[in-house]
Amino acid sequence: MTNNDTSKSVFVAAIFAALAIYPFTGSEFGTDLVTTTMVFAIFALSLELLVGGTGLVCFGQAAFFGIGAYSAVLLSPQYDPGSVAILLPAAVLTAALYALFVGALSLRTKGVYFIMVTLAFAQMAYFVVHDTSLGGGTDGIYMTVKPTLGAIDLGDTQALYWVTYVLLIAVFVFLAVLSRSRFGRALAGIRVNEQRMRATGFSTYPYKLAAFTISGAIAGLGGFLFAVKDGAVNPELMSWHLSGSVLVMIILGGIGHLRGALIGAFAFVLLEELFKSEAIFGEFSKHWHLGLGMTIIASVALLPRGLVGLPGQWGQHLLGRATRRAEDMEVQNAKA
Amino acid sequence: MPKPDSASKVLLRGRDITRRWGGLVALNKVSVELERGSLHAVIGTNGAGKSTLINILSGEFPPSEGQVELLGQDVTDWSQPKRARSGLGRSYQRNTIYPSFSVMENCRLAAQARKPAPWAWWQSAARCEVSTAAAHDAAVRVGLGNALDRTAGLLSHGQKRQLEIAMCLATGPEVLLLDEPLAGMGAEETERMLTLLEQLRPDHAILLVEHDMDAVFRAADRITVMVNGQVIASGSPDFIRNSPEVKTAYLGDH
Ligand SMILES: Nc1ncnc2c1ncn2[C@@H]1O[C@H](COP(=O)(O)OP(=O)(O)O)[C@@H](O)[C@H]1O
Ligand SMILES: [Mg+2]
Repeated sequence: MTNNDTSKSVFVAAIFAALAIYPFTGSEFGTDLVTTTMVFAIFALSLELLVGGTGLVCFGQAAFFGIGAYSAVLLSPQYDPGSVAILLPAAVLTAALYALFVGALSLRTKGVYFIMVTLAFAQMAYFVVHDTSLGGGTDGIYMTVKPTLGAIDLGDTQALYWVTYVLLIAVFVFLAVLSRSRFGRALAGIRVNEQRMRATGFSTYPYKLAAFTISGAIAGLGGFLFAVKDGAVNPELMSWHLSGSVLVMIILGGIGHLRGALIGAFAFVLLEELFKSEAIFGEFSKHWHLGLGMTIIASVALLPRGLVGLPGQWGQHLLGRATRRAEDMEVQNAKA
Repeated sequence: MPKPDSASKVLLRGRDITRRWGGLVALNKVSVELERGSLHAVIGTNGAGKSTLINILSGEFPPSEGQVELLGQDVTDWSQPKRARSGLGRSYQRNTIYPSFSVMENCRLAAQARKPAPWAWWQSAARCEVSTAAAHDAAVRVGLGNALDRTAGLLSHGQKRQLEIAMCLATGPEVLLLDEPLAGMGAEETERMLTLLEQLRPDHAILLVEHDMDAVFRAADRITVMVNGQVIASGSPDFIRNSPEVKTAYLGDH
């Protein structure tokens, strides 16, 4: 392991350690908010596998999140608590199946067409729940009783926090291991130069489809947790706003790094809370979208490599440009 | 299963290959044969259709007409990855390396095609001995043995060309289609590459597209000359050197 790898691992371990301490110090509201953020971090990690890992810019990720959430609610029994052991796999599987379907068709296209096709499929899912009675239409539906896992009741704020925490770590570790595997390296090769991968003997379509399906499954897991946390779902969970937000999260954090998705999700939720806060912004907090948007534009302009690139940028100012070229190359590849 | 062509040494054959781009005929009924143990050079002016020929033989895009046979099988309808897995390797005129990866990782990823095992998601790719050994070997052969940990994008131009060849070799192909491998190499690097081609020749079938005429006439067993998508002559280096058609159409212009 190089020095650089070690410092990255220490950084990630510090984040998870902080999250392990938080519920003992924070308020109920704070614990609830951090749970939401961890759910978004899982969601952002799912997209990072596609965008940063494979070079596929999906603009319909919310569909899989929403389908996971809707599945959790629709499959829950009305009066008794549902079983996590059934609902969670069911939500993940449903999202994965829709991702398999969307991927099979959209991966025939490239570049901006791919972006548009994934958006179109997400809108399709959105209108199905918005305009039919399947999921309660525009109002959405409620999960009247929260599911349980043995003795653990996910209706309990603390219990849900820990379950989410464990799942976030599991997803992070899974993706970290995956990215070092032959499958993960092949995805990276596809991101950098798909033509060369094909000339080398890799049928790239099945690789991309597998990545797309895994990504959808993880987004579905996020959706399941979100539904359990909120106790309600509505069509907005599948809207392009949410697909856009999760893209912004990984851009903010730094595309091409798993910890970027993690940091990006936290930065996004914190910024949103900040600009919504009447205590700080008074009247202006009504226009929180504006503040959030401007901050995001500013940070993208000032931090081309995202928040994870920040230490490197400072290092450059202090140490000159020795490491600059190699890192720039990484950025170029992420864009390619 | 008996391979129909196993008796013959012809590993790759293109039959009457035609390729049109709209009105432009980039290739017009071009036929080539590549034999094991033989280096077949294709020369011709810019735009003659040499790269197009390699692209069609390797399956990058289909021909408008004609067939491609690999190891005795008609592979005209086969995808490029499938042809590659059957022993067809190519290099590109323009570098198509992975610039942000190390030299070793560029070669390892290519070699990974030998044992892709995508389902083994828990195993680190670097632990795959088949691909690391093949990658190491390929890098050493082209002369990048002391640059394994360097970032590919930061190599010199000549080294990038060497890497391009190493990535082609790392998959262990029997047929090599090399598109201007010497372009941009220094004298020393060129010499090394010619020596390498010499070593590869006995158990490979090699197609070499090249502008360096000294190298071509030294290395080739057979030379095909193309002009405007057509083969105007094909034969031994001596035959080509003395061919009046080639002199007027091509060599004379130099
Ligand atoms: N993708 C393409 N679309 C249109 N024309 C092309 C394409 N690729 C090659 N050509 C044309 O085909 C001809 C042969 O090109 P090429 O095979 O690259 O020549 P060479 O490698 O011998 O220099 C040229 O006239 C070129 O402009
Ligand atoms: Mg060419």
